[in-house]
Amino acid sequence: MASTAAVAAPHAPVVHAKEPTGLWSWITTVDHKRIGILYGTTAFLWFLVAGIEALLIRVQLFVPNNHFVTAETYNSLFTMHALTMIFGALMPLTAAFFNFIVPLQIGARDVAFPRLNALSYWLFLFGSLFLNFGWLLKAAPDSGWFAYAPITTLPYSPGLHMDFYVLGLQVLGLSSIIASLNFIITIINLRAPGMRLMRMPIFTWMTLVTSVLIVTAMAVFTIAVTELMFDRIFHTNFYNVGVNGVGNAGADPLLWQHLFWMFGHPEVYILIIPIMGMVSEVLPTFSRKPLFGYNVMVFSGVLIGWLGWGVWSHHMFATGMGPIADSFFALSTMLIAIPTGIKVFNWLGTLYGGSIRFTTALLFSVGFIALFTIGGISGVMHSSAPSDLQQSDTYFIVAHIHYVFFGGTVMGLWSAIYYWYPKVFGRLLDEKLGKLHFWGTFVGMNLTFFPMHFVGMFGMPRRTWTYGADQGFTWLNQLETVGSFVIALSTLVFVINLFTAWKRGRVAGNNPWGAATLEWSIPSPPPAYNFREIPVVHSRMPLWEDDPTKSAGIPHGRVEEETEQWTLAGTPVGEVRDVQDENKMSAHDLGIHLPPPSFWPIVLAAGVTSIFVGLIFRRVDGPLHNLWYLMFAGVLTTILSMYAWAFEPGH
Amino acid sequence: MDSSHALAAHAASPAHIDTSTGLDSRKMAFWTFIGSECLLFGSLIATYMAYKGRSLKDPYPHDIVVNGKFYEGVLNIPLTTFSTFILLMSSVAMVFALYNVQRGVRKWSAFWLFMTALGGSIFLGCQVYEFTEFYHEGMTLHSNLFGSTFFVLTGFHGAHVTVGVIYLITLGVMALKGRIGPERTLNVEIAGLYWHFVDVIWIVIFPLVYLIK
Repeated sequence: MASTAAVAAPHAPVVHAKEPTGLWSWITTVDHKRIGILYGTTAFLWFLVAGIEALLIRVQLFVPNNHFVTAETYNSLFTMHALTMIFGALMPLTAAFFNFIVPLQIGARDVAFPRLNALSYWLFLFGSLFLNFGWLLKAAPDSGWFAYAPITTLPYSPGLHMDFYVLGLQVLGLSSIIASLNFIITIINLRAPGMRLMRMPIFTWMTLVTSVLIVTAMAVFTIAVTELMFDRIFHTNFYNVGVNGVGNAGADPLLWQHLFWMFGHPEVYILIIPIMGMVSEVLPTFSRKPLFGYNVMVFSGVLIGWLGWGVWSHHMFATGMGPIADSFFALSTMLIAIPTGIKVFNWLGTLYGGSIRFTTALLFSVGFIALFTIGGISGVMHSSAPSDLQQSDTYFIVAHIHYVFFGGTVMGLWSAIYYWYPKVFGRLLDEKLGKLHFWGTFVGMNLTFFPMHFVGMFGMPRRTWTYGADQGFTWLNQLETVGSFVIALSTLVFVINLFTAWKRGRVAGNNPWGAATLEWSIPSPPPAYNFREIPVVHSRMPLWEDDPTKSAGIPHGRVEEETEQWTLAGTPVGEVRDVQDENKMSAHDLGIHLPPPSFWPIVLAAGVTSIFVGLIFRRVDGPLHNLWYLMFAGVLTTILSMYAWAFEPGH
Repeated sequence: MDSSHALAAHAASPAHIDTSTGLDSRKMAFWTFIGSECLLFGSLIATYMAYKGRSLKDPYPHDIVVNGKFYEGVLNIPLTTFSTFILLMSSVAMVFALYNVQRGVRKWSAFWLFMTALGGSIFLGCQVYEFTEFYHEGMTLHSNLFGSTFFVLTGFHGAHVTVGVIYLITLGVMALKGRIGPERTLNVEIAGLYWHFVDVIWIVIFPLVYLIK
């Protein structure tokens, strides 16, 4: 028990070594915490951009036959709203938490490959800027985020719009794959001694599941997009069905849909599974009792990820795949409701009988459970093929995805921000503003998206820029627009809260919520090296071990006998070390070696991005066409910086 | 090359001199990367197979009669069988290279690393020759469906071989300079993993594209 106390006891006051704070230090940083903050800030800005796009859509739909934006702009607006939200805001926001929180939760000093981590951030930044650059040329992607080929091939989509899509998304896909490789290895290999897989915090578990999904699904997407890129830039025939029967190469118009949804469906789990992990951290903390059914929560998370691979064609019921395929995908989709339902009941089980504190973080988590369940139920409704045929391409689907993405992902993310903000910046967010933010978001969200179920059932098609006055959609649409502005106002409250708390919030201390996991055992914000001594873990909730009111009678992975720390290879952890050496290391803060900063990640990211930026000029006529040689500059930079990277001293 | 600094991660966290699993992080990352690559190639191969025999225009891969007219297949099976054999033999050379690096034999390490790279280069040479021939026979990226799927699939593999050759030459030069001793075995092992993987992918592509009619 001695070592348990070592974990639970507050650290001796840590003298923060003076850290460089200038712009250069941020550009060259390889610290997972700084990269997490960069991810979070950038993604939050994209969230605001995508939110403004949504508001423009809502203004356009406020009155029938509106001409606030043109039909073309409207196409770009809903496409870029989706792309920016998914690839620019929600995925990177979860990545921000993976970066900042996961190494702290598993008791590591950094991720497995710190420079690779920086690389994925810079690729994300450049890729998302590139994708949005189309706006400046009035050529933002305009085909929907699913970019169905053949309608996105050259004859049907002649401008630069879809080139920004195919090139920008390859950069973003690369960024996600690299980041996820890093998290998989970090979680499997850098756990503190004693942190067995079944003692990992649930958020770390869900990060692992998500990362595996990204590494596999993104690869399929990369190929789908590469084929479309070759079609558009090098005139291949992957999706070439000709124009009016002329020039048909024999391509299958469904190939893209299969490849895309094979990625696209895991993608929606990529956006929700991390959130399930976050909520599963927040609920136990504020209910003052361990997560109900931890093991089942882990397995149902893994199962959701696994089943997520076998349901892609439920996005394609309307294409007429035949009764056998329809039945299979309908059943496999319904099957997913089981592990998801288990999770919902376990969250309720966690709350049940707990001494609940209704902080803003908890409110958002409870809001998440309610709204996500509604979104899940409407999901089960269109998992049935005949019912889906009625709902396909109507606002009913829009309502469903916004209940899971906004009611689910965004509510969960806000919960996580209220929960972990004090760890990141050392100060608490204001609770009064927070509650205002919550109720505004909750009411606004339902006002915006609930009527969409009805207009969808009445037959209002999605992705159509306006509607007639006699169709009976008007008043519900006006309600939705009002709701969207309520969300916007409450988001403004949130922004104010984030800014004011950064300098003036209440000082948080190590563990403001009395939470149980390792990240709360160290100062807020954590020092560069995270843990002065790497903790030894004896149970699932290391900081609650000595508190009988929280741990009494509830098993949480604790093993009574003193656990030997064996690696899977059969050697005891730390066997090779000299004890005196260890003491010397931990006695001096300076003895902890951290990887030095490096500017090669940003150079490499710039090189890779230039390749794709160069390719877009292949599609431009006139003198600018020659700029496509930029691609070779990009290739050269990529190769050179990879060598410099490999031989960089100190890494 | 991406993952060459796990040692720093070890140093950064002294408690992790042994990793949680006892396996090296770089090696594990590489296996995961290969997993991702499998889906990358898998999707390309799936595209090829879905489109096999669906091309509406010549040239065709194999001898075929369409609407009473005979078309000679473009694929040069003897040449590709030869280059396939060379590529497989280069994997053997890779094994010898790793063996010599493990034993710290500098000269032979470099020799076998270069031999592996040479094997890869011969394979690439054959591919370049083959592609040029096809071009002269009127098959390009945009001539027909077969041309698109064939060039992108084999070209994507060829690009992987090219990266591998550059990778191996780099290691060979380092070995020649005496910078790859037994303590750097892992660097060569990872290069070997990559090389064998690229080979295995070709073993899948070769029968599917060339042998099955």
